[in-house]
Parts: sequence; structure tokens; C-alpha cells
Amino acid sequence: MQKTSNVQELAGIAKQIRRHIVEMTGAAKSGHPGGSLSAVEIVTVLYWDVMKHEPANPKMADRDRFILSKGHAAPVLYAAMAECGYTPVETLTTLRQLGSIYQGHPDVRFIPSLEASTGSLGQGLSLALGIGCGMKLDGATSRVYVMLGDGEIQEGQIWEAAMFGAFHKVDNVCAIVDYNKLQLDGFVKDIMELEPLADKWRAFGWHVIELDGHSIEAVQKAFAEAAAAKGKPTVLIANTVKGKGVSFMENNPKYHGVPPTKEEVELALKELA
Amino acid sequence: MPANTKYELKMGAATREAFGKAVAELGKEDPRIVVCDADLSKSTMTTYFAKEFPERFFECGIAEANMVALGAGLAMTGKIPFVSSFSAFVMTKGFEQLRTTVAYPQVNLKVVGTHSGISIGEDGPSQMSIEDLSLACNLPGFTVLCPADEATMKAAIRWAAYLDGPVFLRAGRVKAPVIYPADYEFDFSKAVQLIEGTDVTLVGTGLLTAECIKASEELAAEGISARVIDVICIKPLDVETLAKAAKETGAMVVAEEHLVDTGLGSRVAQALASTTPAPMEFIGVENCYAESGTPDGLLDKYNLRAPAVAAAARRAIARKNG
Ligand SMILES: Cc1ncc(C[n+]2csc(CCOP(=O)(O)OP(=O)(O)O)c2C)c(N)n1
Ligand SMILES: [Mg+2]
Repeated sequence: MQKTSNVQELAGIAKQIRRHIVEMTGAAKSGHPGGSLSAVEIVTVLYWDVMKHEPANPKMADRDRFILSKGHAAPVLYAAMAECGYTPVETLTTLRQLGSIYQGHPDVRFIPSLEASTGSLGQGLSLALGIGCGMKLDGATSRVYVMLGDGEIQEGQIWEAAMFGAFHKVDNVCAIVDYNKLQLDGFVKDIMELEPLADKWRAFGWHVIELDGHSIEAVQKAFAEAAAAKGKPTVLIANTVKGKGVSFMENNPKYHGVPPTKEEVELALKELA
Repeated sequence: MPANTKYELKMGAATREAFGKAVAELGKEDPRIVVCDADLSKSTMTTYFAKEFPERFFECGIAEANMVALGAGLAMTGKIPFVSSFSAFVMTKGFEQLRTTVAYPQVNLKVVGTHSGISIGEDGPSQMSIEDLSLACNLPGFTVLCPADEATMKAAIRWAAYLDGPVFLRAGRVKAPVIYPADYEFDFSKAVQLIEGTDVTLVGTGLLTAECIKASEELAAEGISARVIDVICIKPLDVETLAKAAKETGAMVVAEEHLVDTGLGSRVAQALASTTPAPMEFIGVENCYAESGTPDGLLDKYNLRAPAVAAAARRAIARKNG
């Protein structure tokens, strides 16, 4: 893989990842396209620009780590890891089939280069903080990135972890909330409102950065600011659009867990040409 | 144990105390040992470790779910984490984390649940863990240990630390009678035959192992020869030793300080049903929550004592002969 900070190049990679997400979930006839599409720019910038990692050496001791706590968005992670060279691109469309390494939710038994098996919402932040604490004991300079869904942070464990992270000053951890305003049953504001969200994280002692999660420049800038923030962990509240990049999926609760039909795949791929 | 061993059952340290000291000891030798606690370190006895190695001790506050997954994260950086709280809390509030974030990816986490059983006494049922062995056995790939005394716990902590995979260790609050000499060489893959016997086998774990020893003495006075086996490792279970005992004695009693329907008894019954079925009787907490009281008073009232074990042995023998 070729790392890059070039915004045009990153935008091109992001588009390719979106195409994979549509094709994978279309082929699988199940899965979660919406929350995968909303996370594309963040995942792209992490893997191609920000994170220290080597696909040829996945367990490299001083690597940065990424945990997809909202494990149902596995397609975005699989597409990124495949494009980086961790896993085959050709078999991405075997997503969710018996025997596929591309399991419904990330599973380290099938892809050992994944950092964690996820799928039960609410746990990734604790895991990331544990990794961050372990790295600090070793004097390592690596960083841990963990992506949370906005619906996911309704889980109490997230706030247990938030308290821990600030209290123990785990400043090598950066959480990202994919704030797409939608969850499974509908709009977050109708299910369990999170606002004032930035205030909540600030009150819990975190360094908070609010940004447009689809602006590659904004995402790059936010990760740089997070790395410079010392003494407290950082959370990026990334304002995003669920289904981003496919007009009929954007902001449509239906595409949380409903894949595109064959015709919809074709339409979507035209939009993402 | 040698056939002629005499058990004096002198009071020794509580298994939680043995855990606290052992993990602090290990911490001296191995910088990978880290400990997490949820505002109970003075009770779980991780306070010894916390005092000696504050930088490797993670106070998590009263937040067990976070503690379990945080421990998993520490393990993922090559540390050997022991997470500890009352068993009633870490195994219930942390169970889903143990399932998805520890057992499923087989993370190298060690969980120590203290204050197990009803012998915690005065605090009452909200703090009593009577379902933890069952919960732990419901985690594929977990090794589940229930040491009966100080020497066992000390050795078990060391063994668990270097076992590659998740482990649950069950510890008690009250002082436990000494069964094993301090220098005993444990083989945790085996259930330990403490007393030879031919008429019935008494299988104990935790505090109930000492009650089985006492029961065998009571039965001996009646001319009944009772074998006593201590099951330290609840999972994986040493089926061979148990099946041999069932075959040779033809009657079994299993005794534990745990819900009787879902603990060691049910595991032994399942193992024997598919190998060497024999009449079996079960001693444990009977489908109820206990109450406040002295530890001794509670063990008496809830029939977790030698006389109850001996009575169960007589019933099992009667069924064998009937
Ligand atoms: C503990 C838990 N409860 C419920 C679910 C089922 N579930 C899967 S995705 C989802 C909605 C998640 O919404 P959000 O976190 O906002 O994700 P996104 O919008 O990014 O897809 C739910 C309820 C789960 N996976 N885990
Ligand atoms: Mg959402």
C-alpha cells in the first residue's frame, strides 16, 4: 500500500471503499451499509494517512491500533484492510457466507490481523483504554483509535470507560463518535437523545473536537490535534451522514441493516463511478 | 495425596488472602503482571499488589463491565492481567464482556471472583455469589478453578498466570481449613484423591472439600469406607478420576457452596452419565437465596456441612444396594 496525505488521492480511495461496501452488502443480501458508508473518510484517513501500520507485518510491536467498536460496520473495515493488503480484495463479496473470512462482525479467529472481535456494542472504548494503558506501561508511543456509533454510546459501559480514560489520563487513546444521527430503530433524537453531546464528553474530562466527518481535511486536522493533546484522551465527534455517497441511502433509516438490491447496487455504483 | 494422610484441618488463611499475597508475589518476579479492581481492593486483597506496584494497579471504580473489557485490552498488549472483584459482581455485571470480549476471541485474562458462596455471612444475598461457577463454565475456553485452601490458591494463581488462555478463579471470604501441605506439588489437570475408600465417593470443591473429609470420618465410624476427591479444576473436569471412583465405589455425592442445580454436581453428573453412571446425591444451595448470619450459622442452616454430606452418602449407598 502507498500511504498518502494528498486529499485527492484519499478521496479516490474513499470512493473505492464505498464501492466495495455497496458490492459486498449487495452480494451478501444482508449487512449494514449505512453505518459503513458514514465512516468511510475517517477509516480511510486513519489507514492511509494517520496510523503507523504495516500490512506485511500486522503484529508489528509499535503499530497504532484501530478498533471498530461498532462492529456491524465491518464492511468499511474489511474494504479498507483489503485495499491495504491485509486480506484479499477478490473475496470481499463472500461477506457473511459460510467459511468466509469476512464474517458478519469482525472476528479475530478468521482475520488475525484485526485488533478485536466486536459486535456487542459498548465494549470497544474499554478495550482501547486497556490497550492504551498497556502501551504506556511499556513506554510505547503508539496510539489507539476506536470508532463508536452514536447509538452505541447509549451503553452505560461507554461512560464507565469515559470516566476511566480521563481519570487515568489515557491520552494515547482517541475515540471517534460516528455521529450520523441514526441508529437501528430510527433517529437518535427519537430513541434516546444524546445532546448536548460535546458537553457530556467535556464534563467527563475528555478533549473534544467537533468536525465534519466527511471532510478529509477536517479529519486530518482533527487527528493531528488529538495526537498533540496531552493529559487527557480525545474524542472526535464526527458529524456524518448515514449512507453517505449513495443518494437514496443518505439519511434513510432503512439502510441501517438492509442491503441494496441488485438494481440499487447498479444505481449506487453509477453514483460512485 | 499419600494413602495414610491424616487431615487435621487447622484453620488457614482465606483463599482471597492467599490470592492477594500470591499475585503480589508474582508481581515481583514478572513485570507483565497487572491488576485491576473495582473499589474492593481491601476486600479482594489486591491491596497488597496495589501498594507494591501502584503503576501496575488499575483502580476502575465501581464499574465492573469496563474493568473486564479494560483487562482484555491490557492482555492484548502482552500483559498478564488479573481483574478482581466480588464474584457476585464481576461475573454478573461483567458476564457479557467475558463472553464477547474475552472468551470468544480467547483473550489471556485472569478473573478472580472473591466472596463466593454464602459463607461471606452478614452482608447477605446481594453480595453472595452462588451462580459464578455455572457462569464461568458457560464461557467456552475458560479454565475454571475453585481452590479449597491457601496452598491450593497460591499454586493456582501461579499456574493460571502462565496458562495461555482465560481463567476464572473462585475465592472465599472466610478462613479456610488447611488440606494441603504448603509444598504440595499440584497437578491442576487432575482431581485429587484425598482419602481412599470403597463404598461411596464424596466429591467436594472449595470449602465443601473439608466438609467431605469430616463426613468421611463420620462415615468411617459407622464402618462405611468413603473416598474423598477434591475437584480444584471445575473445567476442564478430570472425568477419568471421577469415572474411576464411580466404577469402584458405585455411589457418588457432590458437595459445593453453589446453586445445586448448575454447579460442579451437574457437571459431574453429566460426565458420569456418559461414562459410568452411579447413584448420585447432591449437596449445595437449594434453589434459593440465603440470608444474613454468621458464616458458620449459614453453612449449618443451608445444609452445607459434614452431617448433610454424610446423610447424602447413606442415601446414595442405599440406592446402590436397593
Ligand atoms: C449490545 C448490543 N445491543 C444491540 C445490538 C444490535 N444493534 C446492532 S447495530 C445497532 C444500532 C447501532 O447504532 P449506531 O451505534 O448509531 O451505529 P451506526 O448508526 O453507525 O450504524 C443495534 C441496536 C448490538 N449489536 N449490541
Ligand atoms: Mg448511528
